[in-house]
Amino acid sequence: MRQVWDFHGGIHPKENKTQSSQSAIAPAGIPPQLVLPLQQHIGQPAEPIVQVGDRVLKGQMIAEAHGPVSVAIHAPSSGVVSAMEIRPVPHPSGMSDQCIIIDTDGKDEWCELSPCEDYAALTPNEILTRIRQSGIAGMGGAGFPTEIKLHPPRHDKVNTLILNGAECEPYITADDRLMRERAEEIVLGLEIMAYILRPGECVIGIEDNKPEAIAALREAAKETQIEIVVIPTKYPSGGEKQLIKILTGKEVPNGHIPADIGVMCQNVATAAAVYRAIRYGEPLISRVTTLTGDCIAQKGNQQVLIGTPIEWLLEQNGYLAQKGSRLVMGGPMMGFTLDAINVPVVKTTNCLLAASYKELPPPQPAQACIRCGMCSEVCPAELLPQQLYWFSRGQEFEKAEHHNLFDCIECGACSYVCPSSIPLVQYYRYAKGEIRQIQADQEKSNQARERFEFRQERIEREKEEKEAKRKARAEAAAKAQAAKKEAAANKAPEPVASNDKAAAIQAALQRTEAKKQAKEAPQKATGDTQAVTLESLQKKLISAEDKYSKMQAAWQDAQVNNPERAEKLASAVTSSKDNVEKIKQQITELGGDNTAAVPAGPSIEELKSNLEKATGKLQLMLDTLEDAKQNHPDRVEKLERAVEKNRTRVSLAEAALRDADNPQKQTESTESEG
Amino acid sequence: MSIILSAVLTLLALATVFGAILGFAAIKFKVEGNPIVDQIDSLLPQTQCGQCGHPGCHPYAEAIANGEAINKCPPGGEATIQALADLLDVEPIPLDAEHGEEKGKQVAVIREDECIGCTKCIQACPVDAILGAAKQMHTVIAEECTGCDLCVEPCPVDCIDMIPVPQTIRSWSWNSPTAQPHMANQIIATDRAPGVTAQ
Amino acid sequence: MALMRITSPHAHGPRKTANLMRVVVITTLPGLFALTWFFGWGNLINVIWCALIAIASEALVLLIRKRPLGFYLGDYSALVTGVLLGLALPPLAPWWVSLVAVTFAIIIAKHLYGGMGYNPFNPAMVGFALVLISFPVAMTTNWATPVALLENPMGFLDTLSVIFGFGAQTVDAFTMATPLDVYKHEIAYSTALDVVQNPVFGNFVAHGWEWVNIGFLAGGLFLLYKGVFTWHTPVSMLAALAVMALAFGWDADQTTPPLLHLFAGATMLGAFFIATDPVTAAVSPQGKLIYGAGIGILTYIIRVYGSYPDAIAFSVLLMNFAAPLIDLYTQPRTYGYAKAKRGGKESE
Repeated sequence: MRQVWDFHGGIHPKENKTQSSQSAIAPAGIPPQLVLPLQQHIGQPAEPIVQVGDRVLKGQMIAEAHGPVSVAIHAPSSGVVSAMEIRPVPHPSGMSDQCIIIDTDGKDEWCELSPCEDYAALTPNEILTRIRQSGIAGMGGAGFPTEIKLHPPRHDKVNTLILNGAECEPYITADDRLMRERAEEIVLGLEIMAYILRPGECVIGIEDNKPEAIAALREAAKETQIEIVVIPTKYPSGGEKQLIKILTGKEVPNGHIPADIGVMCQNVATAAAVYRAIRYGEPLISRVTTLTGDCIAQKGNQQVLIGTPIEWLLEQNGYLAQKGSRLVMGGPMMGFTLDAINVPVVKTTNCLLAASYKELPPPQPAQACIRCGMCSEVCPAELLPQQLYWFSRGQEFEKAEHHNLFDCIECGACSYVCPSSIPLVQYYRYAKGEIRQIQADQEKSNQARERFEFRQERIEREKEEKEAKRKARAEAAAKAQAAKKEAAANKAPEPVASNDKAAAIQAALQRTEAKKQAKEAPQKATGDTQAVTLESLQKKLISAEDKYSKMQAAWQDAQVNNPERAEKLASAVTSSKDNVEKIKQQITELGGDNTAAVPAGPSIEELKSNLEKATGKLQLMLDTLEDAKQNHPDRVEKLERAVEKNRTRVSLAEAALRDADNPQKQTESTESEG
Repeated sequence: MSIILSAVLTLLALATVFGAILGFAAIKFKVEGNPIVDQIDSLLPQTQCGQCGHPGCHPYAEAIANGEAINKCPPGGEATIQALADLLDVEPIPLDAEHGEEKGKQVAVIREDECIGCTKCIQACPVDAILGAAKQMHTVIAEECTGCDLCVEPCPVDCIDMIPVPQTIRSWSWNSPTAQPHMANQIIATDRAPGVTAQ
Repeated sequence: MALMRITSPHAHGPRKTANLMRVVVITTLPGLFALTWFFGWGNLINVIWCALIAIASEALVLLIRKRPLGFYLGDYSALVTGVLLGLALPPLAPWWVSLVAVTFAIIIAKHLYGGMGYNPFNPAMVGFALVLISFPVAMTTNWATPVALLENPMGFLDTLSVIFGFGAQTVDAFTMATPLDVYKHEIAYSTALDVVQNPVFGNFVAHGWEWVNIGFLAGGLFLLYKGVFTWHTPVSMLAALAVMALAFGWDADQTTPPLLHLFAGATMLGAFFIATDPVTAAVSPQGKLIYGAGIGILTYIIRVYGSYPDAIAFSVLLMNFAAPLIDLYTQPRTYGYAKAKRGGKESE
């Protein structure tokens, strides 16, 4: 007799299993429509390989594994792919994801399968490929691709292969019924896995509250080396790490996977699916799901096609929707509530619990933590849940991490026993999410810093190179050219010529300033005086007009030089003009006579900076032109054109500045434009 | 006389010895760079947006190390101010609205059919996150974009939009229970928000 | 929306904080009964009086803090504080002593630190220590003489009038020093045999006190059975006290003997009802052992070498100080780790 160990903590919630465990697994039938999310597993979503309108057969692959950690998806019944679109999927967030929709035709025609009478004729690698092709992902709830799991790193020899039949969550009986009715499939599936891994021993762990399943498995495993171990009923004995502790006495070291200590844990339903995939070539297209809870008239277990809409499934079984009820996917300890019933059954849906208000009353308002320590008494990971709670609540994430927050398996035992009804698990999930976000942000900002620094370096280097070139050229070049350059340089006012980077930053600052004011304005407008809004609108008007005139210039230029561009610009000009008109309209609505009272100060500043920018650019272009004349004759023409354009821009800016210097003139010009 | 001499000699000897020790320590325990600047820099969001008035995050980090206010970084927002306050052991102050306000994460998107291929945005991008060549359509590498919006202004045809980064099913994570609607009944008006220090 | 979106787990255990507090109050009844039986009505009146003040001051603070009254009063934590103080104070302590102790406990020691769950010190003991230091005479001379030793014990109304000071009764005739006090002072110039001749010691350990302590022990064991707290704190506290008394007090002619330590004074009340207050105690099992042992050792030291005859309050408060530090160094080893992370350092 094998020694059975104990793990720390654990609870004994009310089991509520008899409601659904009394009847045999029944087929759920074919719904009129199947919704197949591309991601039903951990890893990358699958990649569709069918088109909308394609007719697909039962068992045909419709999306293939994409990336190293991924599994394929198959059509659960024959029909036509009617859409590939975003649909609500079962997820705690209640959000939607990409799905393939199949309108079934009811014929349930199989595609051609490749069964295999004797798995020993295949190599382990061939079996693994078949498992991958069959789309099998862990069916206990996490949905980790089975093929990857059966592929431990080479140096990890699996000594103990464990099948998890504990099913410790209340209400769920899917594995229980499966073990009772299909014990042979489970045992054969385990043998296939054992063929791949060649472990020293194979163990099936079952809680002692399932005597029929134990008897059935004992019967099925009579002729084999497989050991059926009965473990005491205690939640969460079905947790992977806990089950390993119970059956082997070993703990999975922090940061490692079970294979590192020579143990592998698979779910019984996964074993059955592996058997069907190898023996009959059937991909994973249906699973046993427990339908239970007071809001379902016919409780029991059903063989449900993956993708079956839950709405349809519940209707078939007499759904008694009532106020305050909740629909849980998974068990009452670790399952998540569904916002709506229009989501499909997926590969990990082991239970649908439609609980009445009475059955699962809404949580009480949380009281203060009195540090009673009951949570740490029941914690199977031996954490200090109340400390984690304080840290998570106080957003002291570093301390939470130091208290091993990430070793929390979110089993919910702490929340279950908490006398103050504190939603502890949600605090941990929140803290975990935040910490992951912080880490991701940190990574991104490091990347940004690297790229920024690299860019700075590159710009510096380019500048130096240019400088060196120019020096060399200046020495070699004719005096005439030098004189010409000087003449050009004299044209431009001194301050601008310096540093275009500084100018860019200056511009950025001004822009943010303007933006901020523009943004503030509408907020203020609600409660504040009209004048503020007017002011901001006028600022907007100025910038819009500025942009409009810029665009117009660009457009005119383009008309001459670059017809294809002109078209695009034309539309931009129109929209820009519309913008100007719109703002003007707004101003008039708010108090027309004030229109012209544009605050002179900032606009002059702006114009000055515009002028500086333009002249700076002109200088830059002239430099480039010189360079081009020397080195790239083909570019000269283009550059000359650009210089010409910029000259106009400079003169325009100068003119605008002159206008602005004289407020009266400016008023006139604004009016005439309007 | 000899007393004075011995005193002077003693002092000289002491000065030599301590000087040597100090000199040795200065070499032996030399601190590379200015670690406080790097520490500050590592807390800044690295958008390189210049909203703080400095040409990039590192210069602002240097300015903070030299005593500038810590509340000039809108992309980092309150979280960054809090982190800086913790690092520098000063009181956190509210974000200086003069430098902009905290927005959600954003990413620049070029409306590609309107792009004329002028390369202006490429030059403006502080992290080289825009791809393209002259007269070729440009595009933003979304993973590299810091959302600094420095590329929006230079665009002559206004074809760059700043779009809030959407939350997807893969980026989603749980809220704090204190923000849950069904928990609202327990939050009393006078209860302080978690994480805010007590009065 | 018809369907609720609620985080897991969806099932919850039957335990509620209010029930825990209520059961604590109920399990003090055997001890209270013994107190009343042997020492008259004083403690009963005190318990009721303290409970009333506790609830009133809790309500007052809740009103000031703009919290819902029903929700917070419904957790019974104020009631527990009041009842414990009523049990701990001398039976004939004047009404204002109780008033000061309880209001200080609720308003200062509890609510100024943030209310239930946030107080670093046991409120009842803070209140007790305050009045013990501030009014030493009232706190040492108002211990009732066992009823059996009085020819004409006070009735309920007499006791009431003594406590509230509206009668002409003089209290001196009905009070005497506690056994711990008597033994401590008389053993210095006498032998154990002579000392225990004092009627206050009765036939067994200490007249009446042994039954009071047994009453609290019974209540405490019931709480233990119900799983309201774990065995660690009370057992380690009593064991530490007993070991100290055996090691240093084996000679009954020199110091107070072990049995008197365990069954006189507030020992059992302290071990099962005060040291087990989870808010202010250490958290992990190992931490609770250290915490309890600390209380036991300090109790012995203060009782024997200090100037106060009893020392539960001071010991508990001193160990409250130490609780966060104990927690820091007694983190349990998490699943999958070779060693526990302790003292805020990373384990390798």
